[in-house]
Amino acid sequence: MDELAPEIEQILEVIYRRYHYDFRAYSRSSLARRFDAACASLGCANVRELQLKLEDDAQFFARLLQFLTVQVSELFRDPGFFLALRTHIVPVLRTYPSLKIWIAGCSTGEEVYSFAILLREEGLLDRTMLYATDINPESLRRAEAGVYSIDRVQSFSENYRAAGGKASLASYYSARYESVVFDRSLRKNAVFADHSLATDSVFAEVQVVSCRNVLIYFNNALQEHALGLMKDALCRRGFLGLGARETLQFSTHASAFNELVSQERWYQRC
Amino acid sequence: MLTAKRTTPLEIVVIGASTGAVEALHVLLPLLAHGLAVPVVVVVHLPANHRSLLPEIFAPLCQSPVREPLDKEPVTGGVIWFAPADYHLLIESERSFAFSVDAPVKYSRPAVDVLFESAAHAYGAGVTGVVLTGASEDGADGAATIRTHGGCVYVQDPEQAEAKLMPMAAVRLAAPQYIGSITGIAEQLRASTGWST
Repeated sequence: MDELAPEIEQILEVIYRRYHYDFRAYSRSSLARRFDAACASLGCANVRELQLKLEDDAQFFARLLQFLTVQVSELFRDPGFFLALRTHIVPVLRTYPSLKIWIAGCSTGEEVYSFAILLREEGLLDRTMLYATDINPESLRRAEAGVYSIDRVQSFSENYRAAGGKASLASYYSARYESVVFDRSLRKNAVFADHSLATDSVFAEVQVVSCRNVLIYFNNALQEHALGLMKDALCRRGFLGLGARETLQFSTHASAFNELVSQERWYQRC
Repeated sequence: MLTAKRTTPLEIVVIGASTGAVEALHVLLPLLAHGLAVPVVVVVHLPANHRSLLPEIFAPLCQSPVREPLDKEPVTGGVIWFAPADYHLLIESERSFAFSVDAPVKYSRPAVDVLFESAAHAYGAGVTGVVLTGASEDGADGAATIRTHGGCVYVQDPEQAEAKLMPMAAVRLAAPQYIGSITGIAEQLRASTGWST
């Protein structure tokens, strides 16, 4: 069994008590790797040393937080997911006079711009409020900035085309030296906000929740809690999109949803 | 060549391969699939933007089920599990699968190191790690972690591998108990205590 386990339990308690970030119900296998990476980068020999340093140093914790929430995504990741959104869900969304969409765990914003571009092309963006939430303030700042390294753009563009994109992705960003910046008008109706699926509650009634590759970091109990929040946030017949390896199959909330496009992990609230 | 008698029963086999993986697994997996009782978990480096076809390729060749796991699924024995594209695949201490979309490790997601290290933490000495052909050093650190937790490491003879870099790195860092042909590795595994019930 893992000899590091007690150290990790201790530091998670300290982080929760001192900084109110609750990682205690996160999957341990990924956390172990993230703490290893943090130790190596922040010059600590072990997790115990990390813990001693962060106890009295909020700035040190802010640096550590970047290692504890480090998802790396893409625009239009899993193009089939967005194609299903266009084909099966957009026609229903057109019937609403106004829309609210919650991107839960938006990280550095790739999912937000994917949704915004798709909704613009379907003529829905102007009547949509996009709530993009995450627990990492630095990620939210980067999501709002909408700046990505230019070497990622080729795969973004391939995904966009495979997702049924109607224009050229280049029409949504301008290139600046080594990076691209996405058109500000895409986030005109977007709100970037600090929200924790572990400790915060429902804040709006929405027609769509997209929460992809966030639940994989949670243990079963926290997954159930987070899915409960999403269920409560969704209006009747609202849509829930999960990541490619995530499923409601093992959840007690499964009975509140129908499988809409099960291959692409789209569910509809009963 | 020294033989690799396990002192503790085998509980899980983890396999890593890259360039030349399909050909190598074509030989290895059908040899393992007969009478398989433990789980076999395989990471192959794959392009990020495409669904993996590995389960479809290997299912008809193997007597055991061949699948990609879902999040939190128990690591069931008798199944050959493939890591899906564009996720790291990990094993939790309660012996269920976990995924991450953390940054690539040694340019790869899924990375062999990530699977091997998490398996070593979850199963300790019950792990045997197998490093096959590949043109990257991914797997060597993970294999070394398996060794420090008391598990076994078997490596394809670099001279027989389509790409030598990956097995050479594992030989250098992990002091494998066995270095040999793919059929030799299959014989070692099948001779392990715990292989079949």
